Amino acid sequence: MKTLTYKIIDGKSNGYLALLGILGLFVLGGAAAFFFMEHSGHWASGMTNQIVWGVPHVFAVFLIVAASGALNVASISSVFNRKLYKPLAPLSAVLSVTLLLGGLTVLVLDLGRPDRLIVAMTEYNFKSIFAWNMILYNGFLAIVGVYIWFMLERKMNKYSRYAGFVAFFWRLLLTTGTGAIFGFLVARQAYDAAIMAPMFIIMSFAYGLAIFIVVTIASYSWTNRPLGDVIFERLRKLLGVFIGAVFYFVAVYHLTNLYATEHHGVERFILLDGGIYTQLFWIGQVIIGMLIPLALIFHPALSKSRNALVVASILVVIGGLAQMYVTIIGGQAFPLDMFPGKIVESSFFDGGINSYIPSLPELALGIGGFALSLIMIALAVKILRLLPADLSDAEISPHHKA
Amino acid sequence: MSQQGTDTSRRQFLGKAALATGLSVAPGVLLYEVAHARAPEMPATNKQRWGMLIDTSKCATGCNDCVTACQNENGWGGENSSEKLSADTQKAQWIRKVKLTDKQTGHVQSLPLMCQHCETPPCVDVCPTGASMKRTDGIVLVDKHLCIGCRYCMMACPYKARSFIHEALKDQKPHVPRGKGTVESCTMCVHRVDSNGTPACVESCNKEGHKAMHFGDLNNPSSEISQELKKNGGSQIRADLGLNTGVRYQGL
Amino acid sequence: MAYSQRLTRKAIAWLIGAVFLLPLTTSAEVPMPVIPKAKGQECVEPTDVMRKDHMNFMLHQRDETVQRGIRTTKHSLKECIECHNAPDESGKVANVDTPDHFCSSCHTYSAVKIDCFECHADKPENTQYLHSIVDGKTPHHANMKSEDKTLSKETLEMLAAKGKQ
Repeated sequence: MKTLTYKIIDGKSNGYLALLGILGLFVLGGAAAFFFMEHSGHWASGMTNQIVWGVPHVFAVFLIVAASGALNVASISSVFNRKLYKPLAPLSAVLSVTLLLGGLTVLVLDLGRPDRLIVAMTEYNFKSIFAWNMILYNGFLAIVGVYIWFMLERKMNKYSRYAGFVAFFWRLLLTTGTGAIFGFLVARQAYDAAIMAPMFIIMSFAYGLAIFIVVTIASYSWTNRPLGDVIFERLRKLLGVFIGAVFYFVAVYHLTNLYATEHHGVERFILLDGGIYTQLFWIGQVIIGMLIPLALIFHPALSKSRNALVVASILVVIGGLAQMYVTIIGGQAFPLDMFPGKIVESSFFDGGINSYIPSLPELALGIGGFALSLIMIALAVKILRLLPADLSDAEISPHHKA
Repeated sequence: MSQQGTDTSRRQFLGKAALATGLSVAPGVLLYEVAHARAPEMPATNKQRWGMLIDTSKCATGCNDCVTACQNENGWGGENSSEKLSADTQKAQWIRKVKLTDKQTGHVQSLPLMCQHCETPPCVDVCPTGASMKRTDGIVLVDKHLCIGCRYCMMACPYKARSFIHEALKDQKPHVPRGKGTVESCTMCVHRVDSNGTPACVESCNKEGHKAMHFGDLNNPSSEISQELKKNGGSQIRADLGLNTGVRYQGL
Repeated sequence: MAYSQRLTRKAIAWLIGAVFLLPLTTSAEVPMPVIPKAKGQECVEPTDVMRKDHMNFMLHQRDETVQRGIRTTKHSLKECIECHNAPDESGKVANVDTPDHFCSSCHTYSAVKIDCFECHADKPENTQYLHSIVDGKTPHHANMKSEDKTLSKETLEMLAAKGKQ
């Protein structure tokens, strides 16, 4: 491959400033929501003693999972030696860092005592997967930081392969740790399953790549830089494969639960009569998040269209948020199974489906975190030379057919 | 006036009386010391494991004495609660009465449910900072100096025993610190237990004559609770989880 | 570089510099704090030791009490409050959010935020005790029952001193 020229974007157009402005407003909204909730207390949120993790966690976990997946393109180039992905590796790595930072921001700002973050960084209970995640998340930032440096600094390029290896294994540990947050919980019917960790890894592939595709296609089309069909086709097919893999894991998870009578209650709740959770599962996670994107990706006519791929990617993101909502909040809405075979009533809302209405501060915080990630990558392409000036087919692979 | 020798007969009488009193009281004091005492400067030890036993057959469905006693003792809930902004689903509850109706038979039971003080508590496993802790004598607590309010322990608890404080509190009881942004649950009245007392719920249940709740040292085979458990048994809620709870129930 | 650009940069640099010089514009004298006198003869540690190390005593004692169950009273926060925020003749005690409170008087002056009283009671046990008589809600011995049978030495001295007045 020829040596490519990486250039920063101009970043002076009205469109770019408008983008920063809109994202900035959402970030400010998130900050305002945080100050209100932290000062006044979590009564201002819709979270309760029954649904303890709400919309902020949906966004935070989604962003963290997507972050590790966004590193995929860089990993494929460094670890699996697919040279065609190499030009996009720096963007992939920086995007993964910004997504992780956005997710962590939402997670930390939702703590009951965010002023005690120092305690969280210094006191560790190593049996807790949360404690391990603190180390994994911060380590990821450091390792990918080094990886980015190696990729951008010409004389360090020859070491980027090794940093890529370390980053690849580290992100597998990180996503395993994130899935294990739920997988390790014996208390709830929807969790306590070993499949949660690998399912989160597969989901990270899909969600991360979807966001990466949107960011890449947007960056190139809005700066009028050429993006050839070779790369486009690679990304399209890869997303299709990842969505298919997610479909497999979701199917195995539910089919296994359906086999055991013990889990019929929670399965019936999610798949049949859980109201909003059932709708979000079938319409959000399955149809919008998997089936329609697959159709858009593999349909003979639509598959040529760039817009179709962008729409498919956005639908995957929406489906991912729906999946997180069903997993995190649906899993808490279903009551604990303390007294099998009995009708349970108490003053502490035992025995029934727990209700949850997301509040505006929570939505603002979650969306603010997503906006923070996007505003950081929008600024990053202006500050760092992340984007090759020309990714047309002729530049990257004169001998390759799309 | 010349000094005469002081009359010591009264002194001698008092001395003998004190000796007699001391001798009669001493054995009692000694026994008391051996049986109960843990001086304030001594740490808790694993020689004792505090537990509770609840006989659901003596627990009436409408009765809330244990809940009220806990509220008064620990300063949560009730009309005096300073949780004014929190919704009902957000207000803390350390102990609650649960009414069970069997789906097959229609049999109705009632029992108080609080932190089960497990031997291998899932809440302790998952706490990132170690704030959720088990004392060596078996009481599971939240060290609120370390709690960051992440609520992972609340996700992990199989009994939904924990509560999160959703607003700033005032007028906390001096022996029960509680605050916004931290998680809390039944402490088995650790402040009472450390002064050789019993938890408020057990004390109230017994005082009101229901006698459905027992408290004692599970490690001492001659304690009342151990003897009752040996004689009539006791089961754990969610025993299949293998947590070896310190709170056991009869009649479930 | 164009003249206008140089001028803009110079202006921005001066503005940033001015912000850093703002503290020099303050001239008001902040009055020394009025630290309320505590009841009892003397504190458990000498004043200069307390000034330097009170936070360390508390940081150490809290772990001993919560994690190990050691309830010595010398460095117990509850006991500090018993003496340093004891009710005056009319039964009033200070709230921590006012500078009348012993801890707040100095901490407000030194601008060091403390979060102890987000959880801990800032008033002594005795005030609650009086309240429960007034409210009539619980029998007036109920709160005493749950406590140590003995009051601390300092509290006893304080109560004895009150009795003598």
